[in-house]
Amino acid sequence: MDPAPISVPLSRAVDLSAGRAPAPREWALFARRLARRRTALFGLVVVMIVIVAALGASWIAGYDPTEQDITNRLRAPGSQDAAGRAHLFGTDHLGRDILARMIFGARPALMVGFAAVAISGVLGMMVGLLSGYFGGWIDDVFMRLADVQLAFPFILLAIAVIGVLGPSLPVIIVVIGVSSWVVYARVVRGAVLSLREREFVQAAHALGSRDGRVLLRHILPNAFTPWLVVATLDMARVIVIESALSFLGLGVQPPTPTWGGMLADGRVYISTAWWLATFPGLAILVTVLGINLFGDGLRDTLDPRLKL
Amino acid sequence: MKIYLARRLAQSLLVLLGVSFVVFFILYLTGDPALVLLPPDASAEDVQKFREVMGFNDPFIVQYGRFFLGALRGDFGQSVRHGEPAFNLVIERMPATFELSGAALLVALCLAIPAGIVSAVRRNTVIDYISTVVALLGQSMPTFWLGIMLILVFSVQFNLLPSSGRGTLEHLVLPAITLGLFTTARITRLTRSGMLEVLSQDYIRTARAKGVSDPPVVWKHALKNAAIPIVTIVGIELGTLLGGSVITETIFAWPGVGRLSVQAIYNRDYPVVQAAVFLLSSTFVLVNLVVDVLYTYLDPRIRLR
Repeated sequence: MDPAPISVPLSRAVDLSAGRAPAPREWALFARRLARRRTALFGLVVVMIVIVAALGASWIAGYDPTEQDITNRLRAPGSQDAAGRAHLFGTDHLGRDILARMIFGARPALMVGFAAVAISGVLGMMVGLLSGYFGGWIDDVFMRLADVQLAFPFILLAIAVIGVLGPSLPVIIVVIGVSSWVVYARVVRGAVLSLREREFVQAAHALGSRDGRVLLRHILPNAFTPWLVVATLDMARVIVIESALSFLGLGVQPPTPTWGGMLADGRVYISTAWWLATFPGLAILVTVLGINLFGDGLRDTLDPRLKL
Repeated sequence: MKIYLARRLAQSLLVLLGVSFVVFFILYLTGDPALVLLPPDASAEDVQKFREVMGFNDPFIVQYGRFFLGALRGDFGQSVRHGEPAFNLVIERMPATFELSGAALLVALCLAIPAGIVSAVRRNTVIDYISTVVALLGQSMPTFWLGIMLILVFSVQFNLLPSSGRGTLEHLVLPAITLGLFTTARITRLTRSGMLEVLSQDYIRTARAKGVSDPPVVWKHALKNAAIPIVTIVGIELGTLLGGSVITETIFAWPGVGRLSVQAIYNRDYPVVQAAVFLLSSTFVLVNLVVDVLYTYLDPRIRLR
C-alpha cells in the first residue's frame, strides 16, 4: 500500500481536541446549568446591581456624597431635611446623605476588588503554571515562598506596609494583590499536576511542541475554570479587606466615601445615630453575599467534588 | 516518621527566616529607614547622626544580620512612643490576644461541629437549611460591622454586656462571638461536607447493612475520618483568628497585641510593629507545626511517608 500523503501536517492529523479551550457550545451548556441554580443567579443579580450602582453613581445617587450641610446633620432614616428633601437612610454627622454615600462607596470597593484580584490572579496563575509544570526546585522555591506568605497575619502586614508607604490607591491595590496569590497558585498548580500526565499533553510533546506552547495552548485553558472560581470567591474577600483598611483609616482617603470609612465614622455615633454604621455595613454584607453565592454556584456547577 | 518531623521542623525554621526578612524589610520600603523612624521635622544633620547611631550606613546584609540576631534574643529595639523595649510591650499583651483567639476558636468549635454534623445527618431539612444560610451570612459579614452591631444591640440598647475592656467573662462574650463567627461558619460548612462525604462511603453502608444502629455508626466511623480536614482547617483558622484579632481588639478596646500594633502604626512606632508581626507569625508557625504533628496521629498514611 502507498504510505499516507505527507502533505497533511501531522499536528492536524492527530486529534488534540481534548486539550483545546472549551468550545462555544460548551460555554452555553455551562451557562444554562449555572442559571438553573437559583441562588447563584440571585447572587449574580445582586452583583450586577452593585456594579451598575458603582458605574452610574453620579446619576443614581441624587445627592452629592461630599457636600456638607451641618444644619442637616444626623437626620433619622426616612426623614426630610430643612429643604424638604427626603433621606431614605438618613444623614451623617456632616449632613451628607447616607444612601448617596453608600452608592458612591461601591466604587472604591469594586475598583480595589477587580484590580487586586487581577494582580493576584495573574501572579498566582503564573506561579501555579510554572510550579506545577516544571516541578523540581522551582516548585520547592515557590511553595516555600507561599509558606512564608501564609505565616503572616495578613492584615497586620498590610497595615504596616501601608503605614510606611502611605495610603494611596495603587499602594493598597498592590499590597492586597501581592498578598493573595497563594490560593490561585495552589489551585492552578493542582490542576496542572493532574493535566501534565494526560495524553494530549504527551501527544503535544511528541509532536515537538515546546514547553511554552504546551503550557499556553493546552494546559492553561484547562486550568482556567478552577482559577475562575477562586477569583470570584477571592473578590469577596478583597472587598472585605478593603473596607477593613478603610475602617482603620488606611484605605482610600476622605473625602471619597468608602463603606469602611463610613463605618468608622458611624462607630462614634453608635449610641445616638445607629443608622450611620448600620447601612454601610449592610452594603458590604449584601455585596459579599452576592459574590459568595455566585462563586459557590460556579464551583458547584463546574465540579461539586472540587475541594475549593 | 522521625524524618518527616525533622523535615517539618527544618521547613518551619526556613519560614521563620523568611518572616524575619520581610519584617526587617518593612523599614526599608521607602529606601531610607531613618526618615521612617524620625519625625517629619527632623533636620538633615539629625537624620545623618541618627543613621550613624543606628547603623543604617552599614551594608544591607550586616543590618539584616544584626536584626535577625537581635530578634532571636528578643531585642527589637526601644518603642519610639513608650520608651520601653518593644519586645516587652508585645509579650505583655500576648496573653490577652491568646485569650480572645482561644475563646473565639472554642465558640466556633462548640457551635460549628454539632451544627455541621446535624446538618449532614438531617440533610435538606429545615435545620440544614437554616444552618447553611447562617453559615453563608457568617462568611459574608465583615467582622468589624458585626462587632459594632453587637455593641449596638447588647450594650447600647439593652445594656446587657460591656462594650470594651477586658476583665470578667462578660467582657469576653461579645469580642469572642465577633471574632469567632467567620470561623464558625467555615467549620460548619466543612464539617457538613466532610460528614456527607464520609457518610456516603461504602463502609458506612456496610455497617448499616449489618444492622448497626445509627448513633454508633455516625460517631465512631464518620467523625474520626471527618476530623482530619477539620484539624487542618483549625490550624489555618488560627492564623485567621490571630489576624482578625487586630480589628476586633480595636473595636472592643481589648488590650491585646492587635490593638497595640494598630496604635503603633498610627504612631509610626515601627520597632513595636516589627516585634508584633514577628512574634505573631512565629506563634502561627509553631501552632501549625504542632497541628501537623497531631495530624500524623490522626492519619496513619502520613506516618509512612
